[in-house]
Amino acid sequence: MDVLDLTRLQFAVVTIYHYFFVPLSISLAATAAGLQLTWLRTGDDKYRDLTKFVGKLLIVTFAVGVVTGLVQEFQFGMGWSSFARFYGDVFGPTLAIEGMLAFFLEATFLALWYFGWDRLPRKVHAATIVVVALGTVMSAFIILAANSFMQNPVAYTLDPVTGRARLDDFGALLLNKVNLAAFPHTLAGALMAGGSLLLAIGVWRLRAAGEAGFRTLARLGAWLTVAGGALTALTGDHLGKVITEVQPMKMAAAEALYATTTGAPFSVFALGSPDGGEPFLSVEIPKLLSILAAGSPGATVQGLDDLQAQYAAQYGPGSYIPMVPVAFWTFRLMIGIGMLAAAVAAYYLWSTRKGRRTHPLVLRFLPLIPILPAAANTFGWIFTETARQPWLAFGISRVADGISPGLTRGEVLASLIGFAVVYGILAVVWLRLVRHLSRQPLAPAPAAEPAAEKIPAPVY
Amino acid sequence: MVTVWFSLVVLCWVLFFVLEGFDFGVGVLGPVLGRDDHERGAIVRTVGPFWDGNEVWLVAAIGVTFAAFPDWYAALLSGLYLPMTVLLLLLAVRGVALEFRGKGDGERWRRRCDTALAASSTAIVLLWGAVLGVLTHGLALGADGQVTGSGLNRSLGPLLSWPALAGAGLALYAALLIGAAFLALRTTGPVHARARRWSVRVAAVGTVSLGGAGFATGSRLVLAAAVLCMGITLVARHGRELVAFGGTALGVAAAVVAVFTAHGDVVLRSTLDPAWSLTMTGAAATDSALRLLSVVGVVVLPGVLVYQAFSYWVFRRRVASERVPS
Ligand code: HDD
Ligand code: HEM
Ligand code: HEM
Repeated sequence: MDVLDLTRLQFAVVTIYHYFFVPLSISLAATAAGLQLTWLRTGDDKYRDLTKFVGKLLIVTFAVGVVTGLVQEFQFGMGWSSFARFYGDVFGPTLAIEGMLAFFLEATFLALWYFGWDRLPRKVHAATIVVVALGTVMSAFIILAANSFMQNPVAYTLDPVTGRARLDDFGALLLNKVNLAAFPHTLAGALMAGGSLLLAIGVWRLRAAGEAGFRTLARLGAWLTVAGGALTALTGDHLGKVITEVQPMKMAAAEALYATTTGAPFSVFALGSPDGGEPFLSVEIPKLLSILAAGSPGATVQGLDDLQAQYAAQYGPGSYIPMVPVAFWTFRLMIGIGMLAAAVAAYYLWSTRKGRRTHPLVLRFLPLIPILPAAANTFGWIFTETARQPWLAFGISRVADGISPGLTRGEVLASLIGFAVVYGILAVVWLRLVRHLSRQPLAPAPAAEPAAEKIPAPVY
Repeated sequence: MVTVWFSLVVLCWVLFFVLEGFDFGVGVLGPVLGRDDHERGAIVRTVGPFWDGNEVWLVAAIGVTFAAFPDWYAALLSGLYLPMTVLLLLLAVRGVALEFRGKGDGERWRRRCDTALAASSTAIVLLWGAVLGVLTHGLALGADGQVTGSGLNRSLGPLLSWPALAGAGLALYAALLIGAAFLALRTTGPVHARARRWSVRVAAVGTVSLGGAGFATGSRLVLAAAVLCMGITLVARHGRELVAFGGTALGVAAAVVAVFTAHGDVVLRSTLDPAWSLTMTGAAATDSALRLLSVVGVVVLPGVLVYQAFSYWVFRRRVASERVPS
């Protein structure tokens, strides 16, 4: 691997890791807020206990999200300094504004909430977790705007003197049509991630201890997973159309569609190789690709070969075809695995309706369900980012031009190994902690901290 | 406009080094001032509600540096690729150790977190100090504004220099001073007594050694630092904890400002040729980006200061380190 590929790999590993925790933070914060508001409204203490339970999961997940997010902030300067110079004007303000607007809110108010149960008036306290939830959604929106710029550059001009991108209109950058489509899709994916975690924990605890609160937790998690599944499908369909418009090459790669086709089918599965030859086994749904890409069964979908010829004429010689097998499979795995999670959650809901008991086998394997949305999210991102190649920002700059000059393989390898080791340890520690926290009883014994109240008022 | 933004960048860095400075100091001092599990828990709780909000000042500082001076951000981070990698890893370990300590089960878990916290905090302080030291000296910037050379020599070389070593030493000293002052302010009981003794002693040591160094080199800056340490020694002895803490915070702030303004309008000095140094105007983003930032900065940052102050006020009560028989 040369230094460019290694740097890409390093970026991918570190970013994907951040994205294991982010969807959980987004959805757990929203869930905790919802539960606490329900407690305020109903006065049923079950909801207070559930809020605190989810809150503990949120706080340990958030901590990992924070420390890995910090890394992201530095990455663009470390490995991609040419990119940072080129798009500094577009990217810098976006990151800075995200920090000022969203991260300060999240960090400060999460601490106020977590440590403030008996220090703040009830309603103010409930408001703090709502602020946290809004903060996470806001940061997702802003960072996705930065990513959407790379998928579909808008609101910029190239400076004729320096050759750099200049930001024209921040509002237009945020309202990039790719962002407007990707943001709801991402939130829906996040809902599935958090929902399935709660479902898993609820079921696991029901099996072990049978506390009634955990039944609520499991069913809540299942509902969130199902709703998230339906929403990912709806929003994903729309996102696919937008992407076909701005990056037809990406969607052609997703279907390994080499020749331009009218009424193009969608293959659910293909054996052989999606490299242009005829697959020797494939399951196809007629005309579905045309529907997905353009909204009508008779629509024409452009193939890779035509697009390649068109881009070569437009941008100069070179290959503009991304890694087709990766695009083909990650796209299917995202959809397939994600929908499987939704289906399992739906089955759980149906089989436990009106207090019924579900099949023991389901109970046995349900605790593993959080792996599915995490995998679907990861595949979705790998698809999005690798099928954008060779472009860094579509149509205006290539990945090869973005890397830091002077970077060596040794440095990147050292960084990759360092992150792999430390992040690996963090993941294990996080998992153990989540398991430990999930084992706690829902209604804990009265807190053993009344001593704090006896301390003399502070003298400063 | 560019000068205003430079001031704002420096302000963010100052707030980061002051606020996280005491978090790091508390991390370093944990095993020193906390004799047992209970006391170390109290020490961690003094920063529990604050460290994350404080760390966002680093996010803001690096984000604003990127936004206002993309060339500076790019040259600095790519030039210090490996040190920054290590720093980020250490920060990850530190944050997680802090946050996970109280949530796990058993004393062994907590002891491990304590060890990780103290070790990573110490290493972070040394490394940041070294990086600040390197900043006063400059990097090997070429004509294109990128750091020249490659590999280990490029990205680790600068750290093996005298300015870096001096920076590391001073940073560790500052972290001990501000950490002890903060703990004295925020605790009661045995940890409080120890932290108070420490702040007096550390400040006294600083008065003597900085004073000596100041006279030896004739540097007015070092002499001023020695005078400040003397003042801190005195107020700390009289139990004026808030004043002592304010004094150390002021000292850290002044030191950071001194580093960032050491070369006038040069933001990153080139050690190869002064003409290749990155200047404020040379590294700045375009006017439209700066204008956008200004709007956001003026509207948002004061709000941030207000609600962060509110959170310090909500959690103003001291943390007890004495054991209460239950
Ligand atoms: C649980 C997760 C999950 C599930 C079930 C789905 N997706 Fe997805 N998808 C994501 C999670 C995700 C993601 C990780 O969140 C991505 C990566 C980038 C983005 O914006 O969202 C994504 C990207 C993504 C893209 C590429 C966007 C781009 O290139 O910018 C398309 C076209 C779709 N999705 C379409 C779909 C369709 C038609 C689905 C059908 C049922 C679907 N997704 C289910
Ligand atoms: C939203 C903000 C994001 C930005 C600004 C961003 C930016 C980048 C950049 C600069 C690269 C390196 C250049 C390249 O290889 O194209 C990259 C590559 C990559 N990113 Fe993203 N990314 C973002 C989100 C994500 C997320 C959340 C994931 C995964 C969970 C992800 C997965 C990847 C992968 C797999 C690559 C490697 C692609 C390749 O080199 O073939 N990205 N991204
Ligand atoms: C590659 C670009 C990215 C950068 C530079 C980045 C930066 C950061 C930083 C610095 C934090 C810590 C905030 C704090 O200290 O409180 C963070 C957390 C967060 N990030 Fe990212 N991030 C990136 C990718 C993403 C993506 C793709 C999303 C969502 C779609 C996302 C959503 C979040 C959210 C919701 C949080 C707060 C929750 C948490 O900490 O787990 N980030 N990010």
